[in-house]
Amino acid sequence: MKDRAALIKDLGRIFPPDRLLDSSAQLAPYESDGLTCFRSRPSAVVLAETQEEVIQTVRWCYQHSVPFMARGSGTSLSGGSVPVADGVVIALNRLSRIVQLDPVERTVTVEPGVVNLKVSEVAAPYNLYYAPDPSSQQICTIGGNLAFNSGGAHCLKYGMTSNHVLGIKAVLPDGEVVHFGGPSLESAGPDLTGFYCGNEGLFGVALEVVLRLLPKPEFFRTVMAAYDSMEAAGNAVTRIVSSGLLPGALEIMDRLAIKAAEAAVQAGYPKDAAAILIVELDGEKDAVESDYIRLSALINETGANTVIVARDTVERMKIWKGRKSAFSAVGRLSADFIVQDGVVPRARLGEALAEIERLSNIYNLRVANVFHAGDGNLHPLILYDGREEGALERAEELAGKIIKLCISMGGSITGEHGVGLEKKAYLPEMFSPVDIETMERVRAQIDPKFISNTGKMLPGGEAPALVIRGLHPLEKEGILSRE
Amino acid sequence: MVAESTVFLPAEVDEAARIVRENRNLRPRGGGTKPALSSPLAEEHVVDMSKISGILEYSPQEFTISALAGTTIREIEDALAENGQYLPFDPPLATAGATLGGTLAAGLSGPGRRRFGGIRDFVLGVRFIDGWGNVVLGGGKVVKNAAGFDFPKLMAGSLGRLGLLTEATFKVFPRPHSTITLEVDCGSLAQALTGINYLNSLSIDLEALDLIPPGRLYIRIGGFADSFPKRIKRLQELLEHEGRLLENEVESQFWEQTKEFSWSSPEGFLVKIPMTLAKVEKFDEAMENYGLARCYSSGACLCWVAGKDSRHLPDIDSFLHSLDLTGLVLRGNVDYPILGAQKGLGFLRRIKEALDPEDRFLSFKETISESS
Ligand SMILES: Cc1cc2nc3c(=O)[nH]c(=O)nc-3n(C[C@H](O)[C@H](O)[C@H](O)COP(=O)(O)OP(=O)(O)OC[C@H]3O[C@@H](n4cnc5c(N)ncnc54)[C@H](O)[C@@H]3O)c2cc1C
Repeated sequence: MKDRAALIKDLGRIFPPDRLLDSSAQLAPYESDGLTCFRSRPSAVVLAETQEEVIQTVRWCYQHSVPFMARGSGTSLSGGSVPVADGVVIALNRLSRIVQLDPVERTVTVEPGVVNLKVSEVAAPYNLYYAPDPSSQQICTIGGNLAFNSGGAHCLKYGMTSNHVLGIKAVLPDGEVVHFGGPSLESAGPDLTGFYCGNEGLFGVALEVVLRLLPKPEFFRTVMAAYDSMEAAGNAVTRIVSSGLLPGALEIMDRLAIKAAEAAVQAGYPKDAAAILIVELDGEKDAVESDYIRLSALINETGANTVIVARDTVERMKIWKGRKSAFSAVGRLSADFIVQDGVVPRARLGEALAEIERLSNIYNLRVANVFHAGDGNLHPLILYDGREEGALERAEELAGKIIKLCISMGGSITGEHGVGLEKKAYLPEMFSPVDIETMERVRAQIDPKFISNTGKMLPGGEAPALVIRGLHPLEKEGILSRE
Repeated sequence: MVAESTVFLPAEVDEAARIVRENRNLRPRGGGTKPALSSPLAEEHVVDMSKISGILEYSPQEFTISALAGTTIREIEDALAENGQYLPFDPPLATAGATLGGTLAAGLSGPGRRRFGGIRDFVLGVRFIDGWGNVVLGGGKVVKNAAGFDFPKLMAGSLGRLGLLTEATFKVFPRPHSTITLEVDCGSLAQALTGINYLNSLSIDLEALDLIPPGRLYIRIGGFADSFPKRIKRLQELLEHEGRLLENEVESQFWEQTKEFSWSSPEGFLVKIPMTLAKVEKFDEAMENYGLARCYSSGACLCWVAGKDSRHLPDIDSFLHSLDLTGLVLRGNVDYPILGAQKGLGFLRRIKEALDPEDRFLSFKETISESS
């Protein structure tokens, strides 16, 4: 790789030395996406500050056939932002201007390095907010959200990232700059904006994104109901959803997760409950109140043994705090865990959970469940002890079984964390060779030299070593929590 | 190869795939309710999908439905209604006979898109025959899925030019128990736009918010009827207008007619134009001068324009260019249905090259006048 090192020096024509990192010490922090600890070393990291620098870098990479990867905050949970070995990492945190906020059209145009939560902050003075709310929202970037079509706790009613992206300016992997979509919520012709979302970094680099903002809900009703069995909680979800109510959020936590959350943040959950359900109605006050009358009647019929209704914002935040911190709380029970993100049909949630429990017993590994019940999006946390010989392998095998279970039920291998490196071996279980070949063809047209985040999502290629363990460093410090 | 314009009527997906492999210049057709998209020009062949029809999977508990592309929207809506569910993007032209595939390929949503989003927000999965004659699956059947490229969204608005849709899966929602509509005449376009802007800025759940120029607003709310009196009163206070209530049959008739574009002449032309609030006034003035009928839908993010004479279309095309807007002709005589400023052609051409390198389906063009 001596040639590569010499070549990298040439990037100095685009970047000053303090923004072109190429020494071992400088590169180390960029070797993985922190959480999943796949490791791989890039040749260089460039800290881009302008769109023009990104465009020039991509063109340079294309000219020299050097692979590159755009990087937001590196919080991907599927190995999506592990560098391409010996490639260039284009770090975008500093490419973070709010280009324009239009309170009348309720849109905001941002550069990709803008942090998710920041969007809601700048929109707040206009009583607007940005709906997608991944738990990493204090740190993850819009570029990462867009590339992964990230979700959050409110997808049931509000959808994923792509439902909130209206327009994109991007540089394609061969250096062509393209624009599509626009400020309107509607479009004519193929939905290129929607297609660009969720590309996992394979379609070049998004440089500017038009996001849709929503008026802040004026009223919430948040209810926590505790049940004696997981099945009862699952049935309650089915009943609520089929009653015609459309809650903003519908979440379940199991016994282990409740215990962990209670120990960590004292959210006031009943410690002996087998499962709790969190339901939140949001929107126009009179409509919410009217829905709430139905919701309470329903919950009373579902055999909940404790029901807590938040009376104010403080109580509402308390209920949410337990839920939002559940992942990191589980992390206190076990230093090492794997998180899965499969989706099953909602009516088969109970069946899926029973099977996961059975597998958990067979593998002799504890599994905690915290999930988006309204979407059928599971987040089983497989706890293991990394010091124990073979434990990681067992945990991985169990994770694989859970992924296959989701596929066999007609679900998906990932609801919101993306395929990345972690699940690309499972893509062929969901899609036929022809489907994948078609994706490859599209990719080959967009990235003729296969240099854009190559090795992710689509099967094949060399994978870096996989060692998944533990909390994200920021979670350990209590700055972040996961869903 | 067939020389004359032919209409193929495949009964099976395999048969459709064979037709794709053996022919060029194919123009898919569903119900034929959007003739500017589905009527063949010289040397083009129609693939009529009406026989590839039927609901494949519908489990009300899942709030998803999968159907073959030729299934009519009406059939789907009827099945959903039996379980108190609906397609929240409110597809237009259902009574006229629109199909699921045609609606998705045209990328059309009705007034109800105001509440939860348009067709691109509700499509979960697709199966289509690409230009290689392969049957390709994209997306999935569950409400949340982030695996693989998002072909379902790509197919929304693909106009039958990237592939022949054979099947689609949609997310559905519970239908509001009741609905009621407040009609308010704001007096002028400017006043009406102020009203829309105001309503758009509040967290008020409107099922629909349409404007018929110059100043009539149609504000639809839904939910449990016991909440209506308070909510209507609030709207009246916010807009400082008593207005008039549309209820029951009258109400549903009004929206049904809106979705069927009964205000436009079936012989004339009809264009869909993605819009923004800021551009309405300038745009509307020009359309008024041409003497064309308009309706602004979903808080003015969408405009429908209709007129009798297709000779207006080139004028609309250049006017859209000047405002940096795009239009889609659904009815009317045009060689190419996309008007005005087209975005992302460089990106689209690559996708076209990947999916249909030999132009089994029609191509995308720069302008309406570009020859094929
Ligand atoms: C504690 C924790 C909680 C989380 N909670 C959630 C959750 O609730 N829901 C959820 O969906 N996810 C969640 N995640 C996953 C993760 O935060 C998201 O995937 C997020 O979108 C990644 O953003 P990022 O800025 O860190 O991107 P990175 O990890 O830096 O990058 C992710 C991918 O995006 C690509 N990319 C980044 N910027 C661009 C760009 N400008 N153009 C093109 N490609 C680009 C990268 O190449 C990479 O493939 C969580 C992660 C953690 C650590």
